[in-house]
Amino acid sequence: MTKLRRLVLLPLLGLLSGCNMVVLNPSGDVAAQQRDLLIVSTALMLLIIVPVIVLTLLFAWRYRSSNKDAVYAPEWAHSTGLEVVIWSAPLVIIIALGAITWVSTHLLDPYRPIERLDASRPIPEGVKPLTVQVVALDWKWLFVYPDLGVATVNELAAPVDTPIAFKITASSVMNSFYVPALAGQIYAMPGMETKLHAVINKPGDYEGFSANYSGQGFSGMRFKFRGLGREDFDKWVASVKADGGGLERQDYLALERPSEREPVRHYASVASDLYDAILNRCVDRSKMCQSDMMRIDAQGGLGVAGVENVITLGKDGRDRAFAKSYVAAVCTPEAPRASVASEAPVGGRSGEPPIFEMKATRTSFVSDGRSPAARAVSSE
Amino acid sequence: MSISPDLLTFVFGRLTFEALPFHEPILVATFAVVALGGAGLLALLTYLKVWGYLWTEWLTTIDHKKIGVMYIIMAVIMLVRGFSDAIMMRLQQAMAFGDAQGYLPPEHYDQIFTAHGVIMIFFVAMPLITGLMNFVVPLQIGARDVAFPFLNNFSFWMTAGGAVLVMISLFIGEFAKTGWLAYPPLSGIAYSPGVGVDYYIWSLQIAGVGTLLSGVNLIATIVKMRAPGMTLMRMPIFTWTALCSNILIVASFPVLTATLVLLSLDRYVGTNFFTNDFGGSAMMYVNLIWIWGHPEVYILVLPAFGVFSEVTATFCGKRLFGYASMVYATVVITILSYLVWLHHFFTMGSGASVNSFFGITTMIISIPTGAKIFNWLFTMYRGRIRFEVPMLWTVSFMVTFTIGGMTGVLLAVPPADFVLHNSLFLIAHFHNVIIGGVVFGMFAGITYWFPKAFGFRLDPFWGKMSFWFWTVGFYFAFMPLYVLGLMGVTRRVNHFEDPSLQIWFVIAAFGAVLIAIGIASFLIQLFVSFRRREALKDVTGDPWNGRTLEWSTSSPPPAYNFALTPVVHDLDAWEDMKRRGYVRPTEGFIPIHMPKNTGAGVILAGVSVVIGFAMIWHIWWLAGLGFVSLLAIAIGHTFNYNRDFHIPADEVVRTEGRRTQLLAAGA
Repeated sequence: MTKLRRLVLLPLLGLLSGCNMVVLNPSGDVAAQQRDLLIVSTALMLLIIVPVIVLTLLFAWRYRSSNKDAVYAPEWAHSTGLEVVIWSAPLVIIIALGAITWVSTHLLDPYRPIERLDASRPIPEGVKPLTVQVVALDWKWLFVYPDLGVATVNELAAPVDTPIAFKITASSVMNSFYVPALAGQIYAMPGMETKLHAVINKPGDYEGFSANYSGQGFSGMRFKFRGLGREDFDKWVASVKADGGGLERQDYLALERPSEREPVRHYASVASDLYDAILNRCVDRSKMCQSDMMRIDAQGGLGVAGVENVITLGKDGRDRAFAKSYVAAVCTPEAPRASVASEAPVGGRSGEPPIFEMKATRTSFVSDGRSPAARAVSSE
Repeated sequence: MSISPDLLTFVFGRLTFEALPFHEPILVATFAVVALGGAGLLALLTYLKVWGYLWTEWLTTIDHKKIGVMYIIMAVIMLVRGFSDAIMMRLQQAMAFGDAQGYLPPEHYDQIFTAHGVIMIFFVAMPLITGLMNFVVPLQIGARDVAFPFLNNFSFWMTAGGAVLVMISLFIGEFAKTGWLAYPPLSGIAYSPGVGVDYYIWSLQIAGVGTLLSGVNLIATIVKMRAPGMTLMRMPIFTWTALCSNILIVASFPVLTATLVLLSLDRYVGTNFFTNDFGGSAMMYVNLIWIWGHPEVYILVLPAFGVFSEVTATFCGKRLFGYASMVYATVVITILSYLVWLHHFFTMGSGASVNSFFGITTMIISIPTGAKIFNWLFTMYRGRIRFEVPMLWTVSFMVTFTIGGMTGVLLAVPPADFVLHNSLFLIAHFHNVIIGGVVFGMFAGITYWFPKAFGFRLDPFWGKMSFWFWTVGFYFAFMPLYVLGLMGVTRRVNHFEDPSLQIWFVIAAFGAVLIAIGIASFLIQLFVSFRRREALKDVTGDPWNGRTLEWSTSSPPPAYNFALTPVVHDLDAWEDMKRRGYVRPTEGFIPIHMPKNTGAGVILAGVSVVIGFAMIWHIWWLAGLGFVSLLAIAIGHTFNYNRDFHIPADEVVRTEGRRTQLLAAGA
């Protein structure tokens, strides 16, 4: 078997040198550190794996039954010394690996802002990270640049040697945001936000994709990640601004519908609260934002009135009836149009008081029995 | 004549003609083959007039040995199905580059990889280990059957019922397109409105009943029915691993059942446990499913470890090195397997400390596992190794599993997992440990215990063919996937743009073809061995010079296993008996109390399949009717007092007398 495998391995090694192992040869500092960890861990484990494999084959050969020269000790089944060794050898390796794991997991925590551009360069004074809001849609990627006021679909660009702070969510099902050349992946999940900090060190076009199966169009859910020099990046931003239209809530609601292999799109402007609305599942203004829901619940909930506030749309086929209900946005004397609620900076997040008082809300429901806003918007 | 649509919906639920996949030529051809083959088989059975024999001797049997054999037959059939899915995926991925879209549209491809995972874990690996435990454990502990023989029959048929539902989904409707763990929200009603996820839920729920009850049964058997003198620390290692594996089953399968119940409630009555809105939490599902899912892999691999321990000791002609540390390692793995589930989703945004904790607990499992490998290694040391087929599987396992273990520990380092999670590297890793561990172990076990079950050995030539094709095929099929993972290729993709990847997929597909030849060799081996059964006959009952009690009785064992209950004085009880010059008793037999066959198990499972089918297709009246009859039959069965009989002493005398003659003729 060994001979055979060696024969097989030779041409394979040739192949290996010819292919682009992006995970082992990344272009961003975070991915490079993850690669180093991969190599260190493997080397550490090979210390014990190689002897085991060699000994297995050696013993199998040496103690074959036809070899009558080998010692045969049928009753030998215990050796305290050996037992200590076979438990402590893996233990030592795991202690070393465990220590590395603890340190590196904290150091490379994707939520932790990065502290260096690469091994030799700390982040220069005054460099602010580029914030990118990432939304996984069915089946394409939306990237919003809140600082620049632009947005793109299926194309992500960032200046080299500038920290990038990703905020990641999804519209419908779970995906995983992954640019192997840049940094490890992190899941994109509806109603939840995950974070990733990274930096790209070399200019170039890299592959990005969803790493978690998300349904029919999953295979085509890819995007270009472009690492650009500072000037090229500014040019790119200018071209995005020149390219086109705006991304308002209604545009997003159209974009959100399932589609496959979408071309790159650029948006010159983007609604400033769009990402928060996506995250809180209330881009459609008739729906109550999750943040508001949580705040109401934290204050004791709406009680029976809360049930009244659930909108159930007509049955569209027997199966999907349940998917068609949602919690309607609430209108209050302070916020006569429900929509205002999501446009105003919401209390709690920025430290302002909540936009509605529980007492007022509750009496308004009790007085007429049902939410007028809910009735009004359900007809849409 | 026209029938009102409401009536049609009432009678058939959402089952319509469109549910039949006439538009899928692959499925139509498969159906034709299955239908013709099935009709041929039924005709043959009728022609041979074996229906009565099948019913009385097999379908209704409560004999643990026959039930074990039926589990393994079912697993082999499902292996062929699951492997067909695998080779279709390999072909698609080797073909679909650039403009070529391959031959599978996404909705078909997505069902295939889901079905492959579900079938291989639940209907191949699980029945293989359950079957082997069922057959071997009572024999190894000197018992006459399991603790609850009827429950055993019922468990088998429930597992088979789940498999039947999965197979029905191939031809009526569709299977889930969600991946084998069906993460919501994708598996929720909003994004998977069809019947696929319902087939998934109901087949797993029905099979899960069987698995859980069989776990209870085997624990009770091992705890209560050991032969006198067999203390816990004199139990054969396989029985130890079976005990731990079944403890894991009993502790973890209810979690799976509950999780799937919650998902069903979301899908059927509009609750919001795992939906996006109304406070549902999909991550709760991910946590729950892996609290079952991680112990599950140890449920599979522990009995395989047990097989390797038995095989190594037997074929090295030597006591197992470090029996006590082997037992402790098994117990430690059993406990630790509950503390690692989060390593399946490091990338979902847990904090660094949480990730580190679960990463390190995962690594700790490699310590007892490593100790086990060393124990086998030092059992080989100063042994006289006979390279019979089971031992070949064992050596191949030790090399292959060690590599898989290494990549597993690598994936347990959270920052490394961030770049490898969901990649083909991960796929290569778990096939590395499941094929290299569980599948190799089951082949070793089947070859090892086959002569015990049937009285003749498996043909060694075809066994070696199967072994070599599987081993070499495995390396060809999965080493390229490690490389592809490092090239940043993710799983479950049905089409690629980068042409430099293709060569690796072609190599992997070639490996899959080698494995196909390995499976074919195994089937040929069964056929050839049956033809050559006279030449391969074993009359001694102990063809391998075995060490544990199952080799002390005849092959195949009589219905009652042991005419007189053996008394155990040492670990490796049979070896000890042989050394002390044990003389087989030929008189002093008394009538043996045995349980009676019953058809209740197969009927209850059949009704369960009907209920499952009705629930999947929303045929409410049928589901209700089925449920009422299920209760009625189950209660009715409790009034059946005619459940046991005695094998008369003179029949035991006759059976044992025949064996005495055989042994004398052989000696």
